[in-house]
Amino acid sequence: MREATKSIMVVNRRSFLLQVSSLAGGGVLLGLAIKPPKASAQFGPPVAQVPNNFIKIAPDGTITIMAKDPEVGQGIKTMLPMLIAEELDVDWKRVVIEQTDFDDTKYALQFAGGSLGTPFNWDPMRRVGAAGRQLLVSAAAQSWGVPEAECSTAAGRVLHNGSGRSVGYGEIASKAAAMPAPDLAKVKLKDPKDYKIIGHSQRGYDVPKIVTGKPLFSIDFTLPNMLFAVYQKCPVFAGKVVSANLDEIKAMPGVRDAFVVEGNVKPGVIVEADALEPGVAIVADSWWQAQTARKKLQVKWDEGHGASQSSVGFAQKAQELSQQPPAKTLRKDGDPDGALQGAAKMVEAAYTYPFIAHAPLEPQNCTAHWQGDKIEIWSNSQVPGGGRTLVAKTLGIPEKSVTIHMQRGGGGFGRRLTNDYMVESAWISKVVNAPVKLLWTREDDFGHDYYRPGGFQFLKGGVDGSGKIVAWRNHFVSWGDGDRSPQASTMSPGEFPARYIPNYALHTSVQPLWLKTGALRAPGSNAYAFIIQSFIDELAHAAGKDPVEFRLALLENKPLPAPAPSPGGFGGPEFSAERTRGVLQLVAEKSGWGKRSLGSGRSLGVAFHYSHMGYFAEVAEVSVSAEKKVKVHKVWVAVDIGSQIINPNFAENLVHGAVIDGLSELMGQEITLEGGRVVQTNYDKHTMVRMAQAPEIEVHWLKTNNPPTGLGEPALPPILPAVCNAIFTATGKRLRELPLSKSGYGWA
Amino acid sequence: MAFQLTVNGRSSTVDVPADMPLLWVIRDVLKLKGTKYGCGIGQCGACTVHLNGKAVRSCQTPVSAAAKAPITTLEGLSAEGTHPVQVAWMEIDVPQCGYCQAGQMMSAAALLAKTPKPTDQEISSAMNGNLCRCGTYIRIRQAIHKAAEIATTSKLKKPTEVAAGQSGAQQ
Repeated sequence: MREATKSIMVVNRRSFLLQVSSLAGGGVLLGLAIKPPKASAQFGPPVAQVPNNFIKIAPDGTITIMAKDPEVGQGIKTMLPMLIAEELDVDWKRVVIEQTDFDDTKYALQFAGGSLGTPFNWDPMRRVGAAGRQLLVSAAAQSWGVPEAECSTAAGRVLHNGSGRSVGYGEIASKAAAMPAPDLAKVKLKDPKDYKIIGHSQRGYDVPKIVTGKPLFSIDFTLPNMLFAVYQKCPVFAGKVVSANLDEIKAMPGVRDAFVVEGNVKPGVIVEADALEPGVAIVADSWWQAQTARKKLQVKWDEGHGASQSSVGFAQKAQELSQQPPAKTLRKDGDPDGALQGAAKMVEAAYTYPFIAHAPLEPQNCTAHWQGDKIEIWSNSQVPGGGRTLVAKTLGIPEKSVTIHMQRGGGGFGRRLTNDYMVESAWISKVVNAPVKLLWTREDDFGHDYYRPGGFQFLKGGVDGSGKIVAWRNHFVSWGDGDRSPQASTMSPGEFPARYIPNYALHTSVQPLWLKTGALRAPGSNAYAFIIQSFIDELAHAAGKDPVEFRLALLENKPLPAPAPSPGGFGGPEFSAERTRGVLQLVAEKSGWGKRSLGSGRSLGVAFHYSHMGYFAEVAEVSVSAEKKVKVHKVWVAVDIGSQIINPNFAENLVHGAVIDGLSELMGQEITLEGGRVVQTNYDKHTMVRMAQAPEIEVHWLKTNNPPTGLGEPALPPILPAVCNAIFTATGKRLRELPLSKSGYGWA
Repeated sequence: MAFQLTVNGRSSTVDVPADMPLLWVIRDVLKLKGTKYGCGIGQCGACTVHLNGKAVRSCQTPVSAAAKAPITTLEGLSAEGTHPVQVAWMEIDVPQCGYCQAGQMMSAAALLAKTPKPTDQEISSAMNGNLCRCGTYIRIRQAIHKAAEIATTSKLKKPTEVAAGQSGAQQ
């Protein structure tokens, strides 16, 4: 903050901090401490009270609000300032938004993941704005010599109700800087019915820059004298470099350097996330020169153990394990095996889903500038704090010597929760002692992702004579080594329908995996909802019940005790059957469930899922031809994410995108291994839905009296089973393997 | 090798290998960062530019094939966001991450130049080469219809009415 000339620190009795600084030229900067409402082990240690700097008020009344979280397309850069601006009571059109750097001494938690942006910031950001308003009201009241209670605010002005006097925030800002700090815990928040910004659609702040092609993304960032790098890793994960034709590469046009990086990754059954992988770096004057030189690169690799892996082998091993007694039991209620034997009808089904890649459209890239004993980084990371730790550790420098500037990311989807590309760029910059932009090719990205882990689930379910589910047994064959599991490969023992079925078992067995895995949008849920909601559908049909009625009846059961809370909100004790029923009933009503005749080969399918504190039910209207060509005509989505939809137009866009993303996963996405190598190298082999296949999507918000929660992830999971359930009703064919293209299906 | 390029009406000479893709010449030699790299194999469309008025994938176009015809990038639609496609994209608030949108908009602008009032079918067909990883297709379609409408009434409107640099309310 170049303008800050003096700083007054006030500590109130609740240990919230308020920092008020005068700005050169007469403005004011309000920095307020926030205490994150909830610590999250996944995103680093909780940061206690720290001063933050969020609001700048210029003498002309321009309000600058800091956006602290990484923007990767989830809309947070617009949304968090909306919360502050609402309670500050300013004209949104006069708000300027600035992206902050990473600085946890000022901004506490800064990350994008787990759909936590809304629940973590809803309360503290509004309090930041309200405290700012309180200061300005106090300053105006004092200068007029009137009680504060006679003052109100509107659109960036303080008004005195009795006399009709008013003053702009910019005019009173300097005086406000000298006022005592309000207690953040006690500031008055608006009645939601008075909201002028929250709940009203605001355009994405960066959209005017996006549509005019301004340099905005990480890949667009440049420095004077910046060099460009490519980094060739072994096609088999963690393979080491034995030798490479470096001299030949160094002689290529524009090449400044080429060298081997030993790396520090510890390959094994459980891969340590975020490490420097071995490879060969080529640094050149331009990226195209580096990439051209790379085509001549010949590397002899020590591929290591990973080369023995294949997807065919994984499937065989999973079949074997399914025939054996499970290694572990995560949850058991009642007597599932006995109840299955006594059931009026028993259904048995084996479900599988593949590894898939994140493939955000902006390929992985990072700019790093090593300067003697410190480094500066420009990155689109979703977890810059984790990147700072990794870079510091790997380069052997203190964390304070790592500065991270946050750049807009062209998509995230969880891929940028790992900082592998950041540490690679840092290492290369240090070796060549120059500013370097590392850019991966799309092939690098597909070959070196932290993949959504595939899995195999072997289910048995039983219904009684009245059509109620009496037993559910799942043997989940996943990955790991004893008690240790790779990222995103486990299932919570509280995952629905646990607790709602009297005889229930979740068993697991694992096989080794020598590959990086990670969280992909709605981790776990993006696969488990497909299985759980498809199998519930199987049981509904076995019981001869309507799939919506059958689900509503299941949700009426008195729940058994919950297990200990699980991180990330994937099921567990927070699950509310009442909220689930709410969205299920709403989606049934809006889609005309059971009330419309659709003709042959065309049907509705329903599914719901709870994850990331959000309740989603979806109905898909689908037709299927004799040639297995699938057309999703329309999707209805009913949503309960609490009392407010903060930015409705953007929120609807996110739901559309989640549904379409889910359709891509459903039909065309699979990562397979042969000889330890990833087979799919680009978008032509790991396909996405294109415009012609995007259905009409209707979104219905069910507002309930609950704190607002996140939206980026939980909208995705139900669409996969909703479409599969519709296909079953239309054709009688139950689909238990993803992607559907493996069974000969395609888009119409 | 030296090539004479005309990009967004401006002529410049670049000294680059003949097989260098136009994409990298635009981004790293001419320093126009609006055009994006996504896949390098002509699958995603993020690199779409106009060559002689036709939408092409600049990652698949060697610079040698682009030297004789006018090239337009997103920056060339208008610097201030006044082209009907840009105006429509802002009004509909199309982008999520925004990374693919340069390519989407260039495909849309090429379509509208040839087909001022496209049907849904014509839009789907023209936009088939452009992937949106965020799934904003519904908005893109709306925006193309909107841009068609703006283009036919634009003579009646002043560009300043659009508040191009502002983050304004939608409702």
